[in-house]
Order: sequence, then structure tokens, then C-alpha cells
Amino acid sequence: MSDNKRYAMVIDTKTCVGCAACVIGCKTENGVAEGFARDWIFTHTSGTFPDLQMTIRTERCNHCVDAPCVTSCPTGASHYGPGGTVQVNRDKCTGCKACIASCPYDARFVDPRTGTVDKCTYCMHRIENGIPTTACQEVCPTESIFFGDLNDPKSKVSELLDTRESYTLLPDAGTKPMHYFLR
Amino acid sequence: MDEFTSTRSNHLIDPVLHAWGTEVPIYLFLGGMVAGIMLLSGLMALRRTDDRTSHALSLLPWASPFLISLGMMFLWLDLENGFNAIRFYFVFQPGSPMSWGSWILLGIYPASILLAWTLSPAAFRETWLRRLSSVPALESISKWAMERTPFLAMANIVMGAALGIYTGVLLGTMAARPLWNSAILGPLFLVSGVSTGAAFMLLYRLNDKERVFLGRLDMGLITTELLLLALWMIGLSTAGAASRGALGAILGGPYTAAFWTLVVALGLLTPLIGEWIELKHGAIPGRLPAILVLVGGLSLRWILVYAGQFTSWAGNVTAALH
Repeated sequence: MSDNKRYAMVIDTKTCVGCAACVIGCKTENGVAEGFARDWIFTHTSGTFPDLQMTIRTERCNHCVDAPCVTSCPTGASHYGPGGTVQVNRDKCTGCKACIASCPYDARFVDPRTGTVDKCTYCMHRIENGIPTTACQEVCPTESIFFGDLNDPKSKVSELLDTRESYTLLPDAGTKPMHYFLR
Repeated sequence: MDEFTSTRSNHLIDPVLHAWGTEVPIYLFLGGMVAGIMLLSGLMALRRTDDRTSHALSLLPWASPFLISLGMMFLWLDLENGFNAIRFYFVFQPGSPMSWGSWILLGIYPASILLAWTLSPAAFRETWLRRLSSVPALESISKWAMERTPFLAMANIVMGAALGIYTGVLLGTMAARPLWNSAILGPLFLVSGVSTGAAFMLLYRLNDKERVFLGRLDMGLITTELLLLALWMIGLSTAGAASRGALGAILGGPYTAAFWTLVVALGLLTPLIGEWIELKHGAIPGRLPAILVLVGGLSLRWILVYAGQFTSWAGNVTAALH
């Protein structure tokens, strides 16, 4: 990484209530196409009645370190951006959908207005312009979303991952996701 | 119990991935067939020892540039932002099979057109040289090609193999779709492509010697394809949970009937038996087994493209549980 940063997002599943404010906040901030979402709420209920437990989490592009979408892109439209994030250059995108097929998280979709691929950018337009929070983080009423630089040991995300138990999605897919969930 | 809900409902992503529709399997089928025609044209050009080549076989190599253009049209139709298609040729991305493919496709044209020219009947060449006499350098290009038929035959074999393998590797490198994620898909699509290429050639008025050669070759190709399909399934069934789960799509899952009837029974076993009966009775290979091979080749790609998108790591419940 040229900028020596490793951006990551940490979600506290203990406090997330699945209100979907992050989904609406993202759609509003980024002008996401109608009917589509760059982030979403996932729930997992497990156990045997009446001993049930529910995990609620907000999911989005995992901004993987070894991103298959970047590797499979034939034009270089999908690329590693600031802080190791995964970004899409719409001017280079042909809409071939190789990245969509290669993403194990199904985090991408085609924006019907442009025919180009769309997904979470970790709000790089905000971060790069000095706004320290992503839109989803900004609107989260339970403050369950954290964003920051993992290469900075004093950042909130580093501190949370140091002190709390965490997991990533589909670690066996081998993509090294940068989207963490606190248990 | 384990219950999952998601608020995500992105078009073509949920509930099951459907990013690639009909255009991609048609392109893969046409690409594979062109790979076969190029490879077989190259092989038969190297084997050619007398002038008793049929008129049809002399002209069949011309099918390659036309069929690949048709295939590329389908590929272009699949692009959501076709105006950016030129971007494929601004870069070479070594990790992307699609990038390899777009550059291979460019090489198909000169290789197949030049070989088709050299193999065409002399009268055909003379007519077109006369008609296109205003095109500069055409005569010298023709002379250059005519002196290099063996080189062009080899170039067609190499380019045809590259095209056939790439159509399988394109799917095989997608780790996110466990049903596709097998190195066997490269050789499988190559062998299937050569088989459909032979079948396409058998549709035309070839002479008996050519029909017997292609018919016998096709029996070997179908047998190899059956073995490769078995290896592919053995590979997936002995790999991790995601691969085993994915194989369920054609072993009890929604694509089972289509795969086993259209691909295996109708597209492979029936023409194989038909060609074997023809061979046993000394009959000249006809068109019916060839038509079935073409149906099977298209079905294989169609079903694999759809079934592969049906499979995922996340779709495997145990994988999603961590």
C-alpha cells in the first residue's frame, strides 16, 4: 500500500438492532439506484425454542486484501484504492460481470442507470476529504459501526479488534476480508 | 434450528445469482466450436497428402471467423456497458482469464482467415483475388500465406487449443462458484469444443474418408469428455464442504434432470453409441449423432453456467455459520 493505511470496518453485533438506518444512510449519501443496496441487514437465529439466540449484523463489500473481483476484472476497473480498499472505476467498467461472479459475498451489482458495477466504497469520497466517518457509521443510532486504519494501533478499530473477540465472513474463501464482526 | 434473513434483494444477485444469462453459454458454445474447427482444420491440413479433399472441407475453415464474430456479438450483448468494450484492449490483466480471452480472440482472426485462404480451392482464391484486386498488398499476403501452410496449420492448432481451454478456465478460476472451481473445466471445454467442431463439420458434404476420420475421432473425444466429467465430479465430491454442496446442484439438485438427460444421455452417450454402431457396421458417419453432439455441447455450457451461479460459499449453511 502506497499510503501505508489499512482501512477496515468493525461491526458490534452485540449492539446492532438491525434498524437499517445504515442502509438508508448509504443510499442517501451515495445515490444508490432504486431497488438496490450497497449494504444490508442479515440476521441469523439459532438454537431450539425457547432457547433461541439471534445475531444481527450489517453487511457490505468486505474490501478483501486478496480480492478476486480485482483479479478477475479484465480492464482494471476494479482496483485497490486508498488504504487497501477495493474500488471500481466506472469509466473503465464494461459491465462484463466477471467481478460479480467471482465475489463470494455477492456484494456487487450492476447499476441499471449506467450499466457499470456498483458496491460499497467505504465512503472514500468522505474519508479522502477529511470526513472521518462513513455515511452508514454516521447515521447508526446504536453506534455499532466503526471505521478506521488498522495500521494505526491507536485507532478505535485496532483497539476493538485487540480487546474483543471478532470474526470475518467466509474466512475459508481465502480473500482476507477487512470487514470484522464483534461477537 | 438455523434461520437466516437478509434485507438485500439486488436484481440478478438475489435470491440466486443470475449475472450471466443466455448470451454467455451461447458464446462459450460458439467459441468452443470455433476452437474445434481451427484445431481440426490445422490437423487435417498437416495430414493432407493428396488433392482428394472435398469442396466442403476446403471451405469449412472459413466458418471460424464468422462463427467467432457471432460469438463475440453475443458476448458484447452480455456486456451491461458495451460502449466500454474497447477497454478490454487498453490493458492486459494476467490474472483475469477474460483479459486473456479478449486478446486470444484477436489472434483468432488472422490465424483462421489465412489458413482458410490457403486451404480454399485454387479457383476460389483466383476469383477473390480478381474481385479484390484494388485491395493493396492482398496478393503479397496471399503469396506469403501460401508458402506457410504448415506454419498456419500449427498456429490454428495452438490458437484453437488456447481458445478452447480459456472458455473453461474462464469459469474454472471462479473460486466463489464452487461448481465451476475446477482445473478440469479447461480440458473439458476444450475436448467438448473439438467434439462440437467435428460435429459441425460433419453436417456438411464431406467425402467418406473425411467423415470416417471425423466420426472415429469424435468417438475418442466423447469418451474423453465422459472421463473428464467423471474426474470433475470426483474432484468436487472429495474436496471441501462448499464443493461437495455445489455438486449437489447436478446430483439431486435443480439441474440434475437437465444435466443427465441433455448432456450425458442425449449429448454424449447416444451419439457415442450411434457412432459405434456406424463403425461396427462399416457405415459412413451420418448427421444425426453430429446434431446430438451439438445439442449436448450447448446444453453442457448452458447448464454449467446456470448451475454454477446457483452455487456459492455462502449458500452452504455450514460455511456461513463459522
